[in-house]
Amino acid sequence: MENGVVLTMRGITKTFPGVKALGGVDFTLRKGEIHALMGENGAGKSTLIKVLTGVYDFENGEIHVEGIDSPIINHSTQEAQNRGISTVYQEVNLCPNLTVAENLFIGREPKKFGLIDWKTMNKKAQQIIDDLDIGIDVTVTLENYSVALQQMVAIARAVDMESKVLILDEPTSSLDDNEVEKLFGMMNRLKEQGVGIIFVTHFLEQVYAVCDRITVLRNGELVGEYPIAELPRVELVAKMMGKNFDDLASIKDADDTCIKDELIIDANGLSHKGKIKPFDLEIHKGEVIGLTGLLGSGRSELARAIYGADKAQTGTLKVNGKEVKINAPIDAMKLGMGFLPDDRKAEGVIADLSIRENIILALQAKRGVFKLIPRKEQERLAEKYIKEIQVKTASMETPISQLSGGNQQKVIIGRWLATNPDFLILDEPTRGIDIGTKTEIQKLVVKLAKEGKSVIFISSEIEEMIRTCDRMVVLRDGMKVGEISEDITQATIMKAIAGGDSNE
Amino acid sequence: MSKSANGDSFIKKLTGSKVFLPLVCLFLVILINVIKSPSFLQISINNGVLYGRLIDIANRGSEIAILAIGMTLTIAVSAGTDISVGSVMALCASCCCTTLVGYGVASANKLNYPIFIGVIVGIFVGAVCGCFNGFMVARLKVQPMVATLVLYTAARAIGLLVSNNQNTYVRVEEYKYLGNFIKIGKWECPIPTPIFVAIICVALATLFLKKTALGMYIQSVGINKNASRILGINSVLIIFVCYVICGLCAGVAGTVASSRIYSADSNNIGLNFEMDAILAVALGGNSLAGGKFSLAGSIIGAYTIQALTTTLLAFGVKTEQAPVVKAIVIVLIVVIQAPAVQNYIKNRKARKISAGGGEAVAK
Ligand SMILES: Nc1ncnc2c1ncn2[C@@H]1O[C@H](COP(=O)(O)OP(=O)(O)OP(=O)(O)O)[C@@H](O)[C@H]1O
Ligand SMILES: [Mg+2]
Repeated sequence: MENGVVLTMRGITKTFPGVKALGGVDFTLRKGEIHALMGENGAGKSTLIKVLTGVYDFENGEIHVEGIDSPIINHSTQEAQNRGISTVYQEVNLCPNLTVAENLFIGREPKKFGLIDWKTMNKKAQQIIDDLDIGIDVTVTLENYSVALQQMVAIARAVDMESKVLILDEPTSSLDDNEVEKLFGMMNRLKEQGVGIIFVTHFLEQVYAVCDRITVLRNGELVGEYPIAELPRVELVAKMMGKNFDDLASIKDADDTCIKDELIIDANGLSHKGKIKPFDLEIHKGEVIGLTGLLGSGRSELARAIYGADKAQTGTLKVNGKEVKINAPIDAMKLGMGFLPDDRKAEGVIADLSIRENIILALQAKRGVFKLIPRKEQERLAEKYIKEIQVKTASMETPISQLSGGNQQKVIIGRWLATNPDFLILDEPTRGIDIGTKTEIQKLVVKLAKEGKSVIFISSEIEEMIRTCDRMVVLRDGMKVGEISEDITQATIMKAIAGGDSNE
Repeated sequence: MSKSANGDSFIKKLTGSKVFLPLVCLFLVILINVIKSPSFLQISINNGVLYGRLIDIANRGSEIAILAIGMTLTIAVSAGTDISVGSVMALCASCCCTTLVGYGVASANKLNYPIFIGVIVGIFVGAVCGCFNGFMVARLKVQPMVATLVLYTAARAIGLLVSNNQNTYVRVEEYKYLGNFIKIGKWECPIPTPIFVAIICVALATLFLKKTALGMYIQSVGINKNASRILGINSVLIIFVCYVICGLCAGVAGTVASSRIYSADSNNIGLNFEMDAILAVALGGNSLAGGKFSLAGSIIGAYTIQALTTTLLAFGVKTEQAPVVKAIVIVLIVVIQAPAVQNYIKNRKARKISAGGGEAVAK
């Protein structure tokens, strides 16, 4: 093996029934480099990682790791870990019903007299968490924390293991700039220690901020490997998509607002104990509202209280001018609402059901159990949305769990579009979605607004919200602290989030 | 990908189908029987009714098949088994018989009410038990096994209370119809009635699951309760309904079992039936972890178990030892279903495809 190389993969081929996920892919990782693995949804990034770490086996190819003479094949993630490869998978795969500390140390618990030494474990765990400045209680079960925090815990776990290779598959998909900064700091420290890092993301800025080298995949084939300096952004996009594309082109004309006078949502003093303090919010027809704030500021919680995902405990809600009582999501749906939750795995996908079923389920629930949507109609709808949001799949009968992460997200978006809502709440809709489709979704939001529908748009990417939203609501510490309706720019938003007194 | 030839895809469809393995199991059991005693398949008419091993299996398997319907749903929706069904059967039988002849009567040849009232009471009691289980599991979120353990222990005892510790014989010819043969005037139906009851129950369940969205809801809730709630399904209600249906099935099975012996033998009716019902669901290729299910598979599973039981008895295995053989079958099924084994099979398949269809893919 060449000097300075920690990992090589040569000619890796992997086939799923009906899908060639990887066709002879090469990949080389050097010591102390951060290597971006890029490609559209379904390009094969996660599959390449899972082949490497023993989640899947592969048909052809060789994997070499520094320090081992013969080619290796990992049969389990544990084996990969023992060989110095630690991984944060795209879908957080920790145990939600164990505590944070247990999750951090599962499989390598500190022992005393053959028993788990809880005290040491909790102490060490708190240490790790504090080092990362995450600020959570390690003795609380993981499910009490948001996806973003769970993602941080998963990262903390992987980083804490002594390894030669660290793999991060879309670790930043639900993180804010702050957390991303922390992560990058950590990555750079590890890089200095000579760890090779594989970094998968759809955020191009992040790639250019930390990476040294880029490998691009398209449709399971290797496009090429490039030093970062030799591949400017436009070219990277072209390489990934196989065509030229300007992802930064404006999607909204300034004078192109279509906000009507009528209110669709008029919330007064809604709250949910411990999550969101009483807030007032008015949303007009044809308006796109962005919710912004730091992680844990309550932006998801505000939306959830309106939709009834977490039932509002105080306050009144008027929809279309009529006062309503929402006890469960179905009540909200009957009033024309839709809600795309941010935690795709826990609250979005119905894993073993087909794409078709996943798309029509919400519409079916809205119609009621006795009005089964005829099979023909189901297929028509599924086909329509698979095409409209470009889900990459062999068939609509494929279980959704077999899709790549980004494609699963697209299916869930399709599910809500199928219900034809008047008011749609999108909590991190573009999570894990590639740049081409991201733009499509932003356009879609603007189009919905043009049709007189209203949208709440939540994203940890401020840039994205600036492009789509008419008005921004700022949250801090579980409280709505202000609104910005004119001059929505990165600067004004950042200032409001940080607590500039002008918006109090 | 190149499309395979028609014949090829038919075989693929067949082997890929969910009921393929269960069918193979049933076929194997029957095959062993036929080899051992060629008369196995014979069906004859004796005294105007059908006789034969196959008829016997179809007849005796009815209760398990009916229970398997409910059990399939509770397992699918909550990854939990309702272990109370056997006891509930006994309770329903007691309530049915006691209604008909009155409290404390050991044996009667006169009825207080028409028979259908008794049957309805029996089935209703089953539904009430189902409501209890459903409330515990869906609303109070008690572990299904623990929640149904209550009635597993209590129902049979309550049954004894209801029938005042007696067997309560209903010595009225018509009461035997449901569990034996229907007679109308001089004409006697040659096919045992429980077979019809099972067919009706299965047909109703299938119709209900196919013509409404209930089947899809059940799978959805079984796979991801939270996501189902967010997209507008009342998860609690769906789980509750499944347990009620399971109780209903136990009620029907209980009255049929009672009619067979025209009494309410609380100590023996439905004894260990919950195990057979659970096994039927597993044999049917359904994962006990919930989610996707196949009702047809469970029904095939139910008759496979009955065939197995009948076979063992016919081979002279003592009743007490039959469970050992059943246990071996369970182990085999569990092993075949184990993810490790399934993965192995899948990978071999995938490899075959990539090796065989290499050119097609490479293009
Ligand atoms: N378990 C599976 N069974 C069948 N097909 C699969 C499975 N996992 C992935 N695939 C298919 O393999 C292809 C590559 O998927 P992969 O998850 O590697 O994409 P990705 O590059 O990680 O995409 P994303 O950016 O959306 O995460 C996709 O077409 C997907 O449908
Ligand atoms: Mg992926």
